Amino acid sequence: MSSENQPLDSLQDVRDIRKMMERSSRFTSLSGLSCVAAGICAMAGAWLARYFMGGYYGDDLSRWIYSDDSFSLLRTQLLLTAAGTFGAALLGAFFFTWRKAKGHGETLGNHASRKVFWSMAVPLITGGVFTLGMLHHNEWHFVAPACLVFYGLGLVNAGKYTVADIRYLGYCEIALGLVNVWFTQRSLYFWTLGFGVLHIVYGVIMWWKYERAKA
Amino acid sequence: MKNPITGLNKIFDNRIRLGVMSVLVVNEEVSFNDLKQMLEVTDGNLATHLVSLEENGYIKVHKGFIGRKTNTTYSVTKIGEKAFSDHITALENMIKGFK
Repeated sequence: MSSENQPLDSLQDVRDIRKMMERSSRFTSLSGLSCVAAGICAMAGAWLARYFMGGYYGDDLSRWIYSDDSFSLLRTQLLLTAAGTFGAALLGAFFFTWRKAKGHGETLGNHASRKVFWSMAVPLITGGVFTLGMLHHNEWHFVAPACLVFYGLGLVNAGKYTVADIRYLGYCEIALGLVNVWFTQRSLYFWTLGFGVLHIVYGVIMWWKYERAKA
Repeated sequence: MKNPITGLNKIFDNRIRLGVMSVLVVNEEVSFNDLKQMLEVTDGNLATHLVSLEENGYIKVHKGFIGRKTNTTYSVTKIGEKAFSDHITALENMIKGFK
């Protein structure tokens, strides 16, 4: 280090330090488009669920029998729809994030992305098992609120290791889920609002804020 | 150990050692492979610098196993944290001084 270069060198050192701190502790390649894709999948899934439920209930929403064969068919249809929606949303989210990561020279399997994964996985798996347990007891009232609340907690948790704004989406999901507890007859609408509309809105905002200029 | 004129820490003159410290101060524990990936350096190069940081008491090494594969992780010590933050303060002062 020659003395006349020192201020420049120091500035470069500080920039490097900052970059390494950011890069090692946060996964910044989460794409807004991933969220939009997940939102669209959720909307499609909700529409399909509504269609199956319409087929079962018809116009008579008072037909609440949970043991006959047509109900077990409905349950299978809804579970398959849920699994399909989840799979498609995950795939879509994965694709756009992978694309963005590739552009940044960041890999999906790095230290930070693993932290995001685990911080999401703990609340999500807990919520998933909890929800399946409720379904096992034919307790469907709180399925949608539980999905929203646990997902929201996962996002808030993951906000420590990725784009911090994701926490706000998490708070919205939690709030929506809690309100939903008092309006369980309207669960499908809450679910669609939380997983569909909020994702799309959040995704568009994120894209606008961080990716628009580079695209 | 310290540069008498500027207060900069000689150990952190090296980009790789500086990088290792930057990563370790914000992460509890980082494995050798993760460090290698983040800093984009070769095994041998990284290992040399890790040894020198360890000898200075700036980082701690934990040797563990995942199945049969060795999994060595590193974390920063109190002394290392102090040295790093002093170094940053010195860098800041220098940038301020020359502005």
